[in-house]
Amino acid sequence: MTNILEIVKSQKLTYEQKVFSLAHAAEDTLEVIDIPAKTKYYLEENAIDDLFEGSAPYRPRYILPDYDKFIKNGSEFLQLDPPEDLDELLNSLMILYRHVPSITSFPVYLGNLDKMIDPFLEGYEDKEIKKKLRLFLNYLDRTITDSFCHANLGPEDTRAGRLILEVEKELQNAVPNFTFKYDAEITSDEIAELALYTSLYCANPAICNHSLVKDTYSTDYGIASCYNILPIGGGAYTLARVVLPKAAKLAKDQDDFFENILPQCLNTMGDLMNKRIQFLVEESGFFESSFLVKEGLIDKNNFIGMFGIVGLADSANILLGEKGKRYGHDKEADDLADKIMHTISEFVTSFPAKYSPISNGHFLLHAQVGMDYDEDITAGVRIPVGDEPENMSDHLRHSARFHKLIPTGCSDIFAMESTARNNPSAMLDMVKGAFDLGVKYTSFYEENGDLIRITGYLVKRSEMEKYKRDEAVLQNTTHLGTGNYDNNNLKDRKVRGV
Amino acid sequence: MKKAPVRNIIHHSLVDGPGNRTSIFLQGCNIKCGYCHNPETQEIYTDSSTSCGVVKWMTADEVFHEVERDIPFIRGITLSGGECTLYPKFLEDLFTLGQKRGLSCLIDTNGTVDLSKYPELMEVSSGVMLDVKAWDQNKFKKLTEGNNKNVKKNLKFLSDTNKLEEVRIVCIPEEVDVEVILKGIKDTLGERIDQFTLRLIKFRNHGVIGRLKDTKSPSDQYMNNLKNMAVDMGFKVMQS
Repeated sequence: MTNILEIVKSQKLTYEQKVFSLAHAAEDTLEVIDIPAKTKYYLEENAIDDLFEGSAPYRPRYILPDYDKFIKNGSEFLQLDPPEDLDELLNSLMILYRHVPSITSFPVYLGNLDKMIDPFLEGYEDKEIKKKLRLFLNYLDRTITDSFCHANLGPEDTRAGRLILEVEKELQNAVPNFTFKYDAEITSDEIAELALYTSLYCANPAICNHSLVKDTYSTDYGIASCYNILPIGGGAYTLARVVLPKAAKLAKDQDDFFENILPQCLNTMGDLMNKRIQFLVEESGFFESSFLVKEGLIDKNNFIGMFGIVGLADSANILLGEKGKRYGHDKEADDLADKIMHTISEFVTSFPAKYSPISNGHFLLHAQVGMDYDEDITAGVRIPVGDEPENMSDHLRHSARFHKLIPTGCSDIFAMESTARNNPSAMLDMVKGAFDLGVKYTSFYEENGDLIRITGYLVKRSEMEKYKRDEAVLQNTTHLGTGNYDNNNLKDRKVRGV
Repeated sequence: MKKAPVRNIIHHSLVDGPGNRTSIFLQGCNIKCGYCHNPETQEIYTDSSTSCGVVKWMTADEVFHEVERDIPFIRGITLSGGECTLYPKFLEDLFTLGQKRGLSCLIDTNGTVDLSKYPELMEVSSGVMLDVKAWDQNKFKKLTEGNNKNVKKNLKFLSDTNKLEEVRIVCIPEEVDVEVILKGIKDTLGERIDQFTLRLIKFRNHGVIGRLKDTKSPSDQYMNNLKNMAVDMGFKVMQS
């Protein structure tokens, strides 16, 4: 109860943040999921981690509504006719977003905005459109107070896409995260360069390798939350993670890790995820009651379970012990990491997942980005911050190798010198090369900008400073970002470019 | 294979030509600019049997081995210096390797070496970024201790052979006769002045130890006036 009273009395939380925290605390008083002793042990050791998803799941973690269907049909439940002009479209979307649940209670996916908006632009001057977009985007930034929220652009070069990029550069908003889906066959160099150029001013958009990920599902895909690649018209029921360095520390040696600890972590987590999905689908009533389901904007058959891993780098380094070989630098460490990844991938692609037909009855691997309470745990399969290889080519090649086995999202972040703004074509060359080699997703920001990409989400340095002074801040991701920025020494991220 | 003294290799350079490039800086220069930003690259090394400090004598094969790490992230390579055209055979060897891998191969030069004498090199070179430091020979001499006869010859030769990628002018009021240069280029090349980038570079004294080390940068207004003038004349202008 102290915890609840603390939430009530907090001066660092906004009213809205208190309400969500209180709801979470209430959920956690329930014990509806049976957790065996072994699972409990690994949870307590934090070798597996349910990411505080709550003890009684009553909505999927990530939802990606079929916005095209909504635009075509309107919504009976929301009493909205299909939009007929730009004002109606933006207004309808603002209304619908308010009703899309998620783990954060905010929508984590806002749609492929350029393609949704572009058909409504005829007859308007750029200036008029930009004003409407400004109002729309600022509404999103100020009311979706959690930056685990994503809008998509591309791969086509559209007028709407260009205008959104231009407005984004001006606004410097943390929400939503934008990703541009890049496909050399479809995307023009001009808009790709505009996207990269924009990212050097506002850390948005990130770039996704469209041709490599477009066939992940039988449905179309969207990028949601941080950089999660998920089916449109569905999403993810749940995400848990194996904290590989914690598991490595529990092992006596490499053999113990591969023969005992890792398989037990994988099995207990797989079992826990299935139980969560089972409760959500069979007991929570979500799929029976949500208008999103009734109106066909989502379908149970389009949801998956995301099987997260974090800290591959640190686990390889730990298992090599005294040898001093490092992930990202030494072949022995990289080969060991590769073996860990293949072991996990073999498990995930064979372990049966409940209610997951779109992923063929299995969970899908995800490179989890880390939590604010993590220490010495590197996001996903990344090379630790501050230990990046000198030559960016070596870094990108390494990424390509380790992105391979992860279908639901993995990414890299590069801090760039401001000179890069003068040569976006150089950035595009890097992206093209990296994507050719198999890098799935990458992002850039300019080293001195206010907006900074923490692990996947964006936070403003100025907001972090406020929060450190114990002031309430608009976005709760600022809370997470502040811890993460300090614990993971993000200020030491290697700056690229000459 | 002929060796050249390599001062530095920058694997990802965003400032040495179009796109992302690997830049190779060779040691040794045949002029001494009062505004040189990297005067440590000026001294000419003649004895290839000794390495001195950071300078390594390398064959084109050895250098290209370094470049290969950066494929497919780069669009091409840029040879710079010092004055890289002091080593035409090395350049030819390196560019031959680069062309085979589909890389664009650019020369960054002060223009004082007559490039028409090296047809084999020009054959494998995708283009040249040429400094025009001054048009008036006296100004050029004062600025560089050299002669600009070949610079003018190269300007025409490169344009005639479609190898002129970029012309650079470092702008310093009084010291550099920018307006005369622009007029000189236009008189030499006529309509073809829109076929390359004209880069007007604002002088900055950072790293300069020569005569102009205390000279201040020109104002933004000065730079903008030059830009407008060049645009009006028909040049394709970039500022940096």
